[in-house]
Amino acid sequence: MLTAVAWRNLWRNKLRSSVIILAVATGIIGGVVTDGFMSGMTDQRVNAAIDNEVSDIQIHNPSFLLNNEINYTIPQAGKIAAEIRKDPRVKAVSLRLKCQAMASSAQAGAGVLASGVVPEDESHVSSLKNNLVKGVYLNEKQRLPAVIGKKLAKKLNLGIGDKLILTLADTSGTITGGAFQVVGIYKTSNTMFDESNVFVRKNDLARLLGFSPTTTHEIAVLLRNNNQTTGFKKLLDKKFSDQIKSGKLVIQSWEEVEPLLKSMVEMMNYFSYIFMVIILIALAFAIINTMLMAILERTREIGMLMALGMNKGKIFRMIMLETIFLSLTGAFVGLGISIGVVKLFATHGFDLSFVSSGLNAIGYSSIIYFRVNPEFYFSTVIMVIAIAVISSISPARKALKLQPATAIRDMK
Amino acid sequence: MSIIEAKGIYKTYQETKVPVNALNGVDLKIEEGEFTAIVGPSGSGKTTLLNILGGLDLPSKGDIFIEGTNLNKFSSRQLIDFRLHNIGFVFQAYNLIPVLTALENTEFILELQKVPKKERRRKAMELLEAVGIANKADHKPGQLSGGQQQRVAVARALVSQPRFIIADEPTANLDSHSTNELLEIMAEMNRKYHSTFIFATHDQRVMDKAHRIVTIDDGKIIRDETFNRL
Repeated sequence: MLTAVAWRNLWRNKLRSSVIILAVATGIIGGVVTDGFMSGMTDQRVNAAIDNEVSDIQIHNPSFLLNNEINYTIPQAGKIAAEIRKDPRVKAVSLRLKCQAMASSAQAGAGVLASGVVPEDESHVSSLKNNLVKGVYLNEKQRLPAVIGKKLAKKLNLGIGDKLILTLADTSGTITGGAFQVVGIYKTSNTMFDESNVFVRKNDLARLLGFSPTTTHEIAVLLRNNNQTTGFKKLLDKKFSDQIKSGKLVIQSWEEVEPLLKSMVEMMNYFSYIFMVIILIALAFAIINTMLMAILERTREIGMLMALGMNKGKIFRMIMLETIFLSLTGAFVGLGISIGVVKLFATHGFDLSFVSSGLNAIGYSSIIYFRVNPEFYFSTVIMVIAIAVISSISPARKALKLQPATAIRDMK
Repeated sequence: MSIIEAKGIYKTYQETKVPVNALNGVDLKIEEGEFTAIVGPSGSGKTTLLNILGGLDLPSKGDIFIEGTNLNKFSSRQLIDFRLHNIGFVFQAYNLIPVLTALENTEFILELQKVPKKERRRKAMELLEAVGIANKADHKPGQLSGGQQQRVAVARALVSQPRFIIADEPTANLDSHSTNELLEIMAEMNRKYHSTFIFATHDQRVMDKAHRIVTIDDGKIIRDETFNRL
């Protein structure tokens, strides 16, 4: 009956309770929707980074990572790739040659990272092919084809069919160069990437550098499921432990390749919780105020309950239950609306195209698809209960200080 | 043995700059089954005495024995528990729990006593029938008249069969018809259950029903009369 009394007490002053329920709901909506927005944004950045830039797992010669020195290649890369491809978790594997180069047109020049790829393999590992906005993808029929980013094309004033000169140092350190033809222009959500990455066929780049076509600097592995990255990386570490120990190989997950991205994901997660806690603490003051008013109005009634024999523990519990009901009602209203809003923007996306240039410059898409982890909803409910319990302490203590005789005297 | 025995009770309130002596040496014995009215002018100490007899307040000096147990020796927790199991209260302003129905209000005490639901519901209905308000069992206090609310309060006070019932000005807010009905009910309860009633009252109609009238003035008992109402 204590529960029933607490619940019914909540609705004695409908307006006051509704105001606080609305305040809690609004706070929850703010927290959850912000988390949905931030998680969506982070997800897209991570997915874009995996799809366009780093893949799930990368394998290098450890010395290559120090300063991209082209002579540090992966021994028996083809064999390693073939071994990796056998695993059903692997979606695709791409072998790449990579080198720093100067890209020039008749008008301008820019430092770039030239990637030599096997077109068919690369199309399954990265979204390069899907990101084309002009022209066609690399194929074997073209003569020295190159695919460049839209930003670089603009900077070098290049269009489809135009000549792109790549100047680079070969294996002996001699400066060499090749005239490539721009066959395609791609655009990702990261303009910095678009400005600094040029893709050519692996054979063509190998010839320029003085390598055999099978020479490889990077093995990029795309898995069917991003969540399997850590487990699969461990497996590879075990499988190629001899090469790793002898310093011939290093296997990195995307989190290791892009530690900043990993930190950002973690920071966003913490930030969501911190943001929600700040909202709830602010709401706690409103809840405390409401409950203090309710207790003040019911001084006589609480005194009477004490007179009848209701002990302090039960009085405390009744007030705590009222506070929890008040807060949870607001939380459930807020969560209900939040789930709807998150679902809406998860399906249709939240369009920020009016600031797309700014977002793309830092690697973010301009249409954000919201996502909220189920654990965040659960944690929110737990946090609301915790805040309600803490908020109830002050009003409950006030109620417990009442003396039944005084309260009864006041009743007259 | 008397059900209640007050020995040399003094009560001084220190809440104001000048201490107020509400009771100045009260000695009183209440026997089981008595229907006692404590009367006196406003400020004479009736309510203070009633609060002390009911364990709601402790005397500044003196002892209260309920069936030989000294209430002064109780901690506040024990006192609450003692009230719950031994004393029924009827207040001037009815003081039912507004969010509960008449039936729920009546069985509230039994729930605090942890009586199983079926049993407390049966007892509560029995009491509501006894006070003639069973047909309003599912009504909340706001839907009942003053007289009806006070009947529910009486049912609530009696439902756990306490050792005695403290009623502070129970008829003060009632019209004469309701007062007569309520007094009749309480007298009937007194006869039927042999319940001990102690009233503080100004109401002549209550005094007319009382078996014993204790008159108090300036915190002292100045008259103690017993009547045979049979």
